Amino acid sequence: MTALKSFIDLVADPRLFFAMTTVALVLVVWKREAFSSNRWGWGLMVLLAIFFGFGLTDENFVKIIAKPDNVPIVALIFLLVFFTWYSMREAVHNDRRIAAGKPPVEKDESDRVWTWPDLVYTELISMVVCMVVLIVWSILLEAPIEQPANNANTPNPSKAPWYFLGLQEMLVYFDPWLAGVVLPGLIIVGLMAIPYVDKNPNGNGYYTFRERKAEITIFLFGFVVLWSSLIVLGTFLRGPNWNFFGPFEYWDIHKLEALTNVQLSEYIWVRGLGMALPDNWFIREMFGLALTLFYVVGLPVLLAKKGLVKYYEKLGPTRYYVAVLLFLSMLSLPVKMLMRWVFNLKYIVSIPEFFLNI
Amino acid sequence: MATKTIEPKAPALVRAWDWITETQVWTSIFRHTAPINDKNRVLVMLSNVFLHMHPVRLRKSGVRLRYTWCMGGISFFLFLVLTFTGLLLMFYYRPTLEYAYSDIVGLREHVPLGIMREMHRWGAHAMVITVWLHMFRVFMTGSYKPPREFNWNVGVIMLVLTLLLSFTGYLLPWDQLAVWAITVGSNMARATPLAGYEGPGAQFMTLGGVPLVHQADDARFALLGGTVVGEGALLRFYVLHCVALPLVIGFLMAVHFWRVRKDGGISGPL
Ligand code: HEM
Repeated sequence: MTALKSFIDLVADPRLFFAMTTVALVLVVWKREAFSSNRWGWGLMVLLAIFFGFGLTDENFVKIIAKPDNVPIVALIFLLVFFTWYSMREAVHNDRRIAAGKPPVEKDESDRVWTWPDLVYTELISMVVCMVVLIVWSILLEAPIEQPANNANTPNPSKAPWYFLGLQEMLVYFDPWLAGVVLPGLIIVGLMAIPYVDKNPNGNGYYTFRERKAEITIFLFGFVVLWSSLIVLGTFLRGPNWNFFGPFEYWDIHKLEALTNVQLSEYIWVRGLGMALPDNWFIREMFGLALTLFYVVGLPVLLAKKGLVKYYEKLGPTRYYVAVLLFLSMLSLPVKMLMRWVFNLKYIVSIPEFFLNI
Repeated sequence: MATKTIEPKAPALVRAWDWITETQVWTSIFRHTAPINDKNRVLVMLSNVFLHMHPVRLRKSGVRLRYTWCMGGISFFLFLVLTFTGLLLMFYYRPTLEYAYSDIVGLREHVPLGIMREMHRWGAHAMVITVWLHMFRVFMTGSYKPPREFNWNVGVIMLVLTLLLSFTGYLLPWDQLAVWAITVGSNMARATPLAGYEGPGAQFMTLGGVPLVHQADDARFALLGGTVVGEGALLRFYVLHCVALPLVIGFLMAVHFWRVRKDGGISGPL
């Protein structure tokens, strides 16, 4: 038991956690034929249930899971796994039909039915079920109320509401102006841009994977791996001082983590060239600035010529640049994560003179 | 002598029902009989203000849980539940430093069997999740593609508003959980480029040498109505939470549902 717990604590480490969710997504997409079987769907749900059931025997695990505000996130985990599986199942099912020369299921269901009774009864039953779930949940679980607000007593860890914990987790890798303002802004802009940059006319109004491979993979990566799994990480696996704690680990306030992060400028000037850091911020940071500029301007241009030519031609310049820029902004998080984990890199550009760190 | 056939009497309940539905009161409310034939199935959708949000008939795939997961509908239902329970909570809650916390504690201590606060809080959490899942479904069925681009955008704005509603409500109990969660969240605003006092480039925002953006005049100050999460923030969040945001999201829901209809109903293959 203890060995199993320590093993789970070990593999829940942010690096492995992120790697595992990414690999899981790759497998889901790649092995979707197998994944979409009932055996996998129900198997995963049972596995999750066993995991949480097992966890409930552990004191430290219960402390975090049973916090009233964290209960919805447990539900979210089950729901996300379920609906990812379910939508893939429907997509694979339709893809098979299309491959066999048949239309998608939804086409066969184009006939009209009466709203009364077909729809209104479904709605009525849904409402009753929701109401029952909500009432039972409300009876079983009391809404939390802690000590009265006290500006002098900062809790450790201080956490934002759970739906923003993915953003708070980004603070490990980016400064607040990026993690808290610019990137959330770009998420909203990016979502809004989807219908305008996605010119693929297929897959409108039915589940399919094969006709929308890239779109669905990117969306699942953004929504399930980046947004949702980071919420889970931020809620369950981040303790005092935002240090990492395994699910069975005690949240020790005194846990120390060595911070040995290094700026890119230091890597280049001090360690690479053996010189002192230049005083002028522009000269000091020119490599990082050049790299950033390359990432947002050079790379899209380069990709238009090689690699993504197909998309460039299909989308035209405006749509292409908007789409690629948004995509690269999304990728900037895993890119920065990797640089942190592999090189201990803190900032690519660090100009504290203007509060500008990237 | 001719035998007289006696019609068997209908059961009492049926007779009572027949009597009720023939009264002037009943017929003044419901203008036609039950929707058990096609004519009345049309009439019921057209004559009822709540039902007329729906079309009279719709695609078979569109009514199936398999396709919509009913997540949009559940989001809307939860919104209604939240509006109602929130209204009840407003009777008991005063948004001032003096009363906010004790009113919430009072709810727990003086209202026997009360679950309004629970329903409001868990309903809010649930709505965040169902709105995400609704977006997920709309994406997976490609329903944001033409002609529904605009409705997807209305949805994205409502998603942001849902999170803001939840965020502003989180502060109101005025306990440690609330104040520090909002402190962490709103601290981000002071790093807003150009507009937050610790944001990149803020120091260049000067007019005749006078700094325009400083601790008591920046994006975070506008959000909180002060330099810390205090009285100003509580009032601001209360008004946003109980009046401004629900009005805006309610308005957008009307647009959203209207557009679902006008864009051709629930999506399906052409
Ligand atoms: C406050 C939250 C929202 C409510 C109450 C709501 C409600 C609804 C309802 C009742 C429908 C009818 C079909 C269904 O139930 O699936 C619908 C459809 C739709 N919603 Fe939402 N929605 C919300 C948020 C969103 C969001 C966040 C998005 C996308 C980002 C979105 C995009 C759409 C689109 C494109 C349709 C048409 C789908 C189709 O025709 O298949 N909505 N919405």
